[in-house]
Amino acid sequence: MAYSDKVIEHYENPKNVGTLGKDEDDVGTGLVGAPACGDVMRLQIRVKDGVITDAKFKTFGCGSAIASSSLATEMIKGMTIEQAGTIKNTQIVEELNLPPVKIHCSVLAEDAIKAAIEDYKKKHAR
Amino acid sequence: MKLPIFMDNHSTTPVDPRVLEAMLPYFTTHFGNAASRNHSFGWTAEAAVEAARAQIAALIGGDAKEIVFTSGATEADNLALKGVASFYRKQGNHIITVATEHKAILDSGKRLSREGYDVTYLEPAKDGTVSPEQVVAAMTDKTILVSVMHANNEIGVVQDLAAIGAAIKAKNPKCLFHSDAVQAAGKVEIDVEKMKLDLVSLSAHKMYGPKGVGALWVRRKPRVRLDPMIDGGGHERGMRSGTLAVPLIVGFGKACELALAEMDAEAIRLRALRDRLYRGITSQLAEVYVNGSMEHRLPGNLNISFAFVEGESLLMALKDVAVSSGSACTSASLEPSYVLRALGVGDELAHTSIRFGIGRFNTEEEVDFVIDLVVKSVNRLRELSPLWEMHQEGIDLSTIAWTPH
Ligand SMILES: Cc1ncc(COP(=O)(O)O)c(C=O)c1O
Repeated sequence: MAYSDKVIEHYENPKNVGTLGKDEDDVGTGLVGAPACGDVMRLQIRVKDGVITDAKFKTFGCGSAIASSSLATEMIKGMTIEQAGTIKNTQIVEELNLPPVKIHCSVLAEDAIKAAIEDYKKKHAR
Repeated sequence: MKLPIFMDNHSTTPVDPRVLEAMLPYFTTHFGNAASRNHSFGWTAEAAVEAARAQIAALIGGDAKEIVFTSGATEADNLALKGVASFYRKQGNHIITVATEHKAILDSGKRLSREGYDVTYLEPAKDGTVSPEQVVAAMTDKTILVSVMHANNEIGVVQDLAAIGAAIKAKNPKCLFHSDAVQAAGKVEIDVEKMKLDLVSLSAHKMYGPKGVGALWVRRKPRVRLDPMIDGGGHERGMRSGTLAVPLIVGFGKACELALAEMDAEAIRLRALRDRLYRGITSQLAEVYVNGSMEHRLPGNLNISFAFVEGESLLMALKDVAVSSGSACTSASLEPSYVLRALGVGDELAHTSIRFGIGRFNTEEEVDFVIDLVVKSVNRLRELSPLWEMHQEGIDLSTIAWTPH
């Protein structure tokens, strides 16, 4: 299968690879997928006054999964958590030109964003 | 050294220039139909086909008259299973094969099941081998055929056909024994007498011959029968009609001759390259696991799981090297390799597997290039992998509540 130039670009030069302290108060962590399914994404956000000031990811998965999570971190930086929560996987599909068999990678990235926001909100529920 | 490097010689192989040279006259000058009995064009073609039969039979210790040409091993496997099942239906309806066989066998078995046959799929041991005891234990008085591949196309594991053949015939001399020897032919010795084989499937394009031609070797003494699947002019003793593809057959014959002549020396060379690749990788990377027996293995095969690095992403990093992966992402089905599953390799490791198939035209320089690229790429991808990070922190990944999708 041929990859789109954008997938290759993100795969070769992924943006925002790394780790934020998951126990820190202003950090939300989303860990989605399963090793047995061949993809696991961890996406983390740092939030200040409701705005995502930093985002990091690490992904175990195919090139499209890595590209989807890399793009996701780029998209959400600077957004409010409400805005980030409305991101749809189809935006990722379009941006990366993902073929049908790789759509699940974009779904996983959307899930990872939502899970990170959820985790952040849980920390601040009290 | 030229890039990209082809190190996927289980999928196919390039035609050896010596093979091509042998074929060329049969496209233009000697283009006759081997079935034309009334002029020299036909006689020349027929003579070439007969010479090829002898070359092919010699590779497996059979007789030239026992070769039935097909379009490839897929057809040979289909003909062996379905043809024998149909012909011997009155004697029994039970067939035994192995869970790690090629799809040409497994799917033929599936169709036979739908038609009322009873098919047993043996589960190999963790190292991919099947024992004679296991085969015999599965035999019943209804068993008409046992089919065990000689060498596996993913993990290169070589079965002990001599022991299995002896055990089958000791239990029931009438039970037929077939082997898909596509990957083993020309790489390790095949002797249809020692192995007590009745039918053998071969394919030219896995042994530096052309694509589109293969053969089913069918024993004549004692005579093995089968119902043809393709009817027509009665070629190939009625077992497979259709005008013979003379240039392809000539190439197939030449490929067998070369493989036989060079097998011993080439096996030593390939094993040295494979072991170099294995040592180069395992001495520099932790958490890598060989799939399948290292002892009972084709000399040119290495199948390794690189834990915490998904296979397709690794293939992408190895873009200058043609290899393949058991990862689901590389198949249409989104399921990881059924061969690794049958060995009990967990899905999480199956997704990280890479198959290296070293062949006749690979060099030490290429192997060294591949070692460096693999090590560099795995390290880079592990830096990207949350699983590697968790593993480094001492987290047991099996204790995490994952969200399968
Ligand atoms: C073990 C085995 N059997 C059968 C086949 C099918 O051979 P062919 O491509 O000649 O149909 C292959 C090749 O994919 C193979 O590796």
